[in-house]
Amino acid sequence: MSLEEGAYVAFLGLLSFVCLLIAGKAVDPVMGFHAFLGAVFSAGGVFLIVKSHLDDQGEVAPQEIDGKPNYNFGPVKFGTIAALVWGIAGFLVGVIIATQLAYPALNLDLPWTTFGRLRPLHTSAVIFAFGGNVLLATSFYVVQRTCRARMPGKVTPWFIILGYNAFIVIAGTGYLFGATQGKEYAEPEWYADLWLTIVWVVYLFAFLATLWKRKEPHIYVANWFYLAFIVTIAMLHLVNNATIPVSVFGIKSYIVWSGVQDAMVQWWYGHNAVGFFLTAGFLAIMYYFVPKQAGRPVYSYRLSIVHFWALIFLYIWAGPHHLHYTALPEWASTLGMTFSIILWMPSWGGMINGLMTLSGAWDKLRTDPVLRMMVVSIAFYGMSTFEGPLMSVKAVNSLSHYTDWTIGHVHSGALGWVAYISFGAIYCLVPWLWNRKQLYSLKLVDWHFWVSTLGIVLYISAMWVAGIMQGLMWRAYTELGFLQYSFIETVEAMHPYYLIRALGGVLFLLGSLVMAYNIYMTIRFGEAEEAAAGRVALAPAE
Amino acid sequence: MSLFDKHAIFEKNSILLTVGILVVVAIGGLVEIVPLFYLKSTIETVEGIRPYTPLELAGRNIYVREGCYLCHSQMVRPMRDEIERYGHFSLAAESQYDKPFQWGSKRTGPDLARVGGKYSDEWHVAHLIDPRQVVPASIMPGYPFLTSELKADRIADDLKVLQIEGVPYTTEHVENARLDLHAQLNPDGDVEAFLARYPKAVVRDFDGDPSKVTEMDALVAYLQHLGTFVDFKVYDDKANLR
Repeated sequence: MSLEEGAYVAFLGLLSFVCLLIAGKAVDPVMGFHAFLGAVFSAGGVFLIVKSHLDDQGEVAPQEIDGKPNYNFGPVKFGTIAALVWGIAGFLVGVIIATQLAYPALNLDLPWTTFGRLRPLHTSAVIFAFGGNVLLATSFYVVQRTCRARMPGKVTPWFIILGYNAFIVIAGTGYLFGATQGKEYAEPEWYADLWLTIVWVVYLFAFLATLWKRKEPHIYVANWFYLAFIVTIAMLHLVNNATIPVSVFGIKSYIVWSGVQDAMVQWWYGHNAVGFFLTAGFLAIMYYFVPKQAGRPVYSYRLSIVHFWALIFLYIWAGPHHLHYTALPEWASTLGMTFSIILWMPSWGGMINGLMTLSGAWDKLRTDPVLRMMVVSIAFYGMSTFEGPLMSVKAVNSLSHYTDWTIGHVHSGALGWVAYISFGAIYCLVPWLWNRKQLYSLKLVDWHFWVSTLGIVLYISAMWVAGIMQGLMWRAYTELGFLQYSFIETVEAMHPYYLIRALGGVLFLLGSLVMAYNIYMTIRFGEAEEAAAGRVALAPAE
Repeated sequence: MSLFDKHAIFEKNSILLTVGILVVVAIGGLVEIVPLFYLKSTIETVEGIRPYTPLELAGRNIYVREGCYLCHSQMVRPMRDEIERYGHFSLAAESQYDKPFQWGSKRTGPDLARVGGKYSDEWHVAHLIDPRQVVPASIMPGYPFLTSELKADRIADDLKVLQIEGVPYTTEHVENARLDLHAQLNPDGDVEAFLARYPKAVVRDFDGDPSKVTEMDALVAYLQHLGTFVDFKVYDDKANLR
């Protein structure tokens, strides 16, 4: 057994034992369940490592076969399929909670089915489970391809992707049972956070180690963005989740920050979960998959340098725009607004760099629905990154804050940008990974595109109208100077828009089911590509 | 040699690139977060703010557990309509012991920063069990399961952790936490020591069922205190201009 295998076996074996100990002494049933789950997962890990060692007799996978790098695509395949499955689950929960807002009886009044517990399940499932698996899978693929080197380690890539999905399972089930830190997008409790930290450090190390093995002199631009995403998420995660557990045998912990400082730390984290998880990581996808699919080099090398450094420097400042007119000091709020507006520039710089990559290849939009999906995603990126700075202006924010306009804005970014660029990447990846000539059906990609685009349009326009209406109703006065509407009247007025939004969500979900079918058919029945027709690696940016 | 050519330094060295990223992304957070810990103007000086009673704390933990913050804000902004609808705008001091803060980001339901004392306990209990019983157009989920027994045997451990994190609980608070939790629910018992530790705390049975201590007791106790600590009749907002 290699040193790597031995180290993982020892670590996971010990972890399994510790988990069992905690399960036995747990002070609440959720911890009992999660510790037991942890013990099963880590014991399963030990089993898989030992089994694979016995299967291959300790043989090391060759670095190259016939002079070509022997890439490690197993974990990439797993991440791609996991992303699809989690995506559909996350969209489904989204549809459920959207419908709950229109018909509250659907909450069923059971602890684990109320809106308050399902909403974090939805956000985490789409952001961290769907988005996270897309990022892991594509980053593993892109970093190997652009370095022309196999990822180091036999167990490590699997440890990262399986460990990350174990985190998702622990976090997701925790929400249903009421384990939450009560901080938006950082709900998982201390033990899940601790586990994610371990996985993330290994991820950073594995990513860097692949870069160290590269046969290209330059690190490709997509990898800068992946690296920024990995490093910054680590920083945000550690600071925003600084908690002290009440007992190591229980789920409850208290965050060390409090009140106004906690608010600032939380939105510094929260906005940069958007900036680095949902933007930087997916821009990396843009910088690899759009040029590949269009068959054109990235539009401007210089623009990508400016785009990269300006974007990561400016994004971090934008957090306080979530706290305009609150008890956060005015100076912080003003800083947040100022930087949010400046942020518009690098965002559009990135958009231009992505769109202009199609120069000379625009005709492909007619024939290639996958490329069309990615181009539309960049257009949505441009739209949301214009809307964001607009909403960060205090005067606009005084109306939009607390309303469904924010929800609409988030979804134009999440559905239009993040999900579409992910779908595009998955449509590209599946034939490449499973060695298929092409997708099962481009017609179905077309259907996916149009059905879900219609869904997005319904969703965001309903939320724009509803949100602005809600904001205006809250501040409406009668001629005599009294508030015109009671709060509950504003709730009633939302009903039709909640229905339209739910319909939009259903269409988006349907689109993703069409995609799942298409992907399944491609993998299961697709025609194999001949071995000789290998793709050439992308030229490094110069 | 143009400036852009120098960028090759980062492109050829992954460690430099990583360090460069770390430096660039650290700046914004440092500038915006660190001063909040030492600028005295961040949190107003105001009378009446005390840490939560054990019962209120247990109620707050239920509020967090059920994700109430996803639909209800606890932050009144200084705008005419909000002040008329909800009351005086929120002060940073009022949430200074909140771990985590629960200002929220969405008002699917109304703001709760000053809901304390606005409705009767009976109203809250009925509303939590079945919101549409008292507000027919409400879209809030029902929480009938909150009538189950409150599990708070270890509440002293919670106070202990909060004390370590800087909430001004004394050893006396921590040692008496369990007793205090029950004392707040029983006006006929010995409440003097409790009230000495938690001045102006409200003592009564909150869920209308004195026979047992329920999650409902704790949550309603928490809701009824919200926004009541500061007496805005005597509060001088000019003194805290920043």
